[in-house]
Amino acid sequence: MSSVRVLVGTKKGAFILTSDGKREQWDVAGPHFGGWEMYHLKGSPADPNRIYASQSSGWHGQVVQRSNDGGKTWEPVGNKFVYDGVPGTHQWYDGTPHPWEFKRVWHFEPSLTDPDTVYAGVEDAAIFRSSDGGKTWQELAGLRGHGTGPHWQPGAGGMCLHTIILDPGDSQRIYIAISAAGAFRTDDGGQTWKAINRGLRSSHIPDPEAEVGHCVHHVAMHRSRPGVLFMQKHWDVMRSDDAGDSWHEVSGNLPTDFGFALDIHAHEPETIYVVPIKSDSEHYPPDGKLRVYRSRTGGNEWEALTEGLPQSDCYVNVLRDAMAVDSLDSCGVYFGTTGGQVYASADSGDHWAPIVRDLPAVLSVEVQTLP
Amino acid sequence: MIRVVLPAHLRTLARTAGEVELEVEGPVTQRSVLDALEARYPMLQGTIRDHVTHQRRPFVRFFACGEDWSHESPDAPLPEAVAKGAEPFLLVGAIAGG
Repeated sequence: MSSVRVLVGTKKGAFILTSDGKREQWDVAGPHFGGWEMYHLKGSPADPNRIYASQSSGWHGQVVQRSNDGGKTWEPVGNKFVYDGVPGTHQWYDGTPHPWEFKRVWHFEPSLTDPDTVYAGVEDAAIFRSSDGGKTWQELAGLRGHGTGPHWQPGAGGMCLHTIILDPGDSQRIYIAISAAGAFRTDDGGQTWKAINRGLRSSHIPDPEAEVGHCVHHVAMHRSRPGVLFMQKHWDVMRSDDAGDSWHEVSGNLPTDFGFALDIHAHEPETIYVVPIKSDSEHYPPDGKLRVYRSRTGGNEWEALTEGLPQSDCYVNVLRDAMAVDSLDSCGVYFGTTGGQVYASADSGDHWAPIVRDLPAVLSVEVQTLP
Repeated sequence: MIRVVLPAHLRTLARTAGEVELEVEGPVTQRSVLDALEARYPMLQGTIRDHVTHQRRPFVRFFACGEDWSHESPDAPLPEAVAKGAEPFLLVGAIAGG
């Protein structure tokens, strides 16, 4: 019988939640790496027992952990992330030049075919690759060498490369997104990159046609349609039907189009999920009601999903990497909150229930569907 | 034998309990002690000082014999009591953070 494994990164450790295919009874394991910030954990599609985890702290910096047994045991691997060549400068918050400095790994994206190959999105924004299971890391420096690099600037959370999407139909094509530079695409395996931000409108940028400077919060792609992308921008939910070459807004009837998390139904590529957040200064849901919004039409027409979610006095946030779906026949949807709850729906979002209520603030949620 | 006291999170990372005992070749300095520590426990590389520059991480402090050595030259000889193992070399996490 199929089962699911939910990998939860929090401000103070990692937790692994497991259940059978019914997704009614859950086993909670953890905290792993208690006391450390666990920005992200993700399993290899080629070997689900291979999991990479980003462990960091203000005291001791970055550690990379690897498991070969589905998270039961872990071993530290390489944590040497050194920018290629002279790092140069990007813009600081006030527009002055600021040296590029490695701070942490925000996101791991394991290869679709090789468990030993994994990409890391880091702050200050850059993408690294390891082809030896995380022992050593090499920067794909063409991205940071994009001519616009000196104009990138940090979002409120830092200048992070938080999204990496590998095209299942084209091993040379990778999408990434950076707060607050925008989205980029390579079609040659990471040697050269193109800014793909046409159609994004950001009120904090005077130039409406600005190539970079957009605060992209998250991007998602359905594996059956690699050219169709959905984006939760700082404000605005966006869609591209041409691999990011152009974007159009699909916020439609959302109560607010600010937010962080976004994901796509495992079997319905036009069904997407977001969690509207009131504003960029009020990082909580409108009206104290935690509502996931679902569109079955690829955007524009949204319905609130509330069954089982708190509908009063709720002021948590859902961060950009804290939503995921499983691929069981009845698609499961999961998200974690800054209040430490991890909610799950086993019926595509119609009904929700908390798996756990009192974890540290949740930074990331990933799901593995196991045979 | 040099004795080193690690902060709790690094003891966990290195999978060691209590003090660490190290053999150090040549002069006993902060650099030689940290080199020996990282050689014994490679997973500590980058968690105490930068991989490349070997600059101490900002939220880590070094103490020996009741004195703060954080801002001393990494090549300055540590006190004889540390070199002889009578006193430990302490790595301390700043009270800030967490």
